[in-house]
Amino acid sequence: MTLAEKILAAHAGKKSVQPGEFVDVQVDLVMTTDATGLLSVQQFHKMGAKKVFDPGKVVLVMDHFVPSRDVESAETVKALREFARDQGVLFFDVGRAGIVHVLLPEKGLVLPGDVAVGGDSHTCTYGALGAFATGMGSTDIAFAMVFGWTWMRVPESLRLVYHGLPGPWVGGKDLILYTITQIGVEGANYQALEFTGQAIQALAMDDRFTMANMAIEAGAKAGLFSVDEKTRAYLQDRARRPYSVHSADPDAQYARTVEFDISSLEPQVAFPHSPGNSRGVSRAEGLLFDQAVIGSCTNGWLGDLRAAAQILKGRQIHPRVRCIVVPGSQEIYLQAMKEGLLEIFVKAGAAVSTPTCGPCPGAHMGAVGAGERCISTTNRNFIGRMGSPKAEIYLANPAVVAASAVAGQIVHPGEVAGK
Amino acid sequence: MIRGRARKFGDHIDTDAIIPATYANVTDPAELGRHCMEHIDPGFARRVSTGDIIVGGSNFGCGSSREIAPWAIKGAGISGVVAKSFARIFYRNAINIALPLLECPEAAEGTEEGDSLEIDLLKGEIRNLSRGKSFQAAPYPDFIRELVAAGGLVEYGRRLLDPAGGKSRTREKSWTPSG
Repeated sequence: MTLAEKILAAHAGKKSVQPGEFVDVQVDLVMTTDATGLLSVQQFHKMGAKKVFDPGKVVLVMDHFVPSRDVESAETVKALREFARDQGVLFFDVGRAGIVHVLLPEKGLVLPGDVAVGGDSHTCTYGALGAFATGMGSTDIAFAMVFGWTWMRVPESLRLVYHGLPGPWVGGKDLILYTITQIGVEGANYQALEFTGQAIQALAMDDRFTMANMAIEAGAKAGLFSVDEKTRAYLQDRARRPYSVHSADPDAQYARTVEFDISSLEPQVAFPHSPGNSRGVSRAEGLLFDQAVIGSCTNGWLGDLRAAAQILKGRQIHPRVRCIVVPGSQEIYLQAMKEGLLEIFVKAGAAVSTPTCGPCPGAHMGAVGAGERCISTTNRNFIGRMGSPKAEIYLANPAVVAASAVAGQIVHPGEVAGK
Repeated sequence: MIRGRARKFGDHIDTDAIIPATYANVTDPAELGRHCMEHIDPGFARRVSTGDIIVGGSNFGCGSSREIAPWAIKGAGISGVVAKSFARIFYRNAINIALPLLECPEAAEGTEEGDSLEIDLLKGEIRNLSRGKSFQAAPYPDFIRELVAAGGLVEYGRRLLDPAGGKSRTREKSWTPSG
């Protein structure tokens, strides 16, 4: 069996499962946010439910429209806060939270071998920890909150093998943008990705989270990594319960295996209006833009802020552009403060925001206007994603975005920081 | 049986296009429906007649998990979606709220904007009355057929929670995880 099949079989109480089979799987964590949670609560009540299946396994994280941007979002959070209080479930509010996909791994709430379902498409992020994690809609989440299990069609697995080692200024974001462009935005629809190879072993946890996070942009149901010493080190002071480490069998059956040699891969830039439309940064150089965003569940990790700060230290954001930095969680915000990263950003002329999804879905804290162009470390450059449908969004890694913010045009980080 | 005019869209219609995230706090389907497709097809909601059928390309509904996407489509008065293929989360969401989806590349290819369609949901048969052609959609797996027959996931959940309504609980055993 593949890694995904092993985890699903264990949660379906079966010795083995086959792709295409429908199984009922027990879930270790059910998550929702202020973006989709209210509808889940309404469906919960419509089902006639009185109690969640296990208050310790249900978590609500306020991240999309917080600190509340308007009356409606304030009232949504208020209703969710009351639901959480009534049910005794875990609730993370403004000032004690962060972007859900950064927060849950940090708090040790998702562990290797888990099945986690969340009311957000980027729930697949937790695959970096060797968990089977997938996004669902509000009604599915309501059902899982009530019953503690959900139905799944066992996905075929697509094995991705990355040969070589990433060059300077190349990280998880570049590998995943390249992958999505190669296999297509529906190249893995309904499938589970399994990330393997020399390059993957070399990647830091933050880069693995970035890659797993964007599995959905290729249509995948989940994107999984094997547990290794880096995973264990990350979990060292975070995990507060035992976890199971699964690995794919040597004779596991994959729908397809795709191999890449990434040793000469350039930093990637995804052009409008698709994450599957990326090219090497050399083919984007010189493009002018108005706003730069560094943050999100994709690239709001500590390693991302360090990479951006390495570029921005002692430099200034170009006067023609504005730059917004959004740390992924309170823990990262604090650590960035201790390391002096926030000071570097502020001195460079960037706006530093409290953790929030904010600008990524065009919700608040940095929406873009008609005719504007934005370069961003986020995950989607769909039409209208960050605000006006007449804006253009380019996606890149944090070093490319920071260097471009200094240059006032898209550049290779080496152009600004030297080799 | 559903009948309506075809409202045609291309490939990779994402959920930000179907309903922008800024409406995430709206739960009234009619209000959501008024903003359906507003970024990529301004005025779409005004032009829809109740019962119309969206005909999309491949990967319809990709992107965010927002369930307000199928709600917005329903709220706009659309009675079903035919597409070459659907993105996974959107597919589940639509089934869960009883918005009929039919996967049929031939029907998507063989239909133009404004064509008159008639769909037999039980048989999965799509008839293009304007062109005198008939297409067969991929059948729902048995499991999903049951969910649809129950009227969606909320109704399914209600029946599981209320043993008094037991006569409709056809999958009691297999719905209980064994592990």
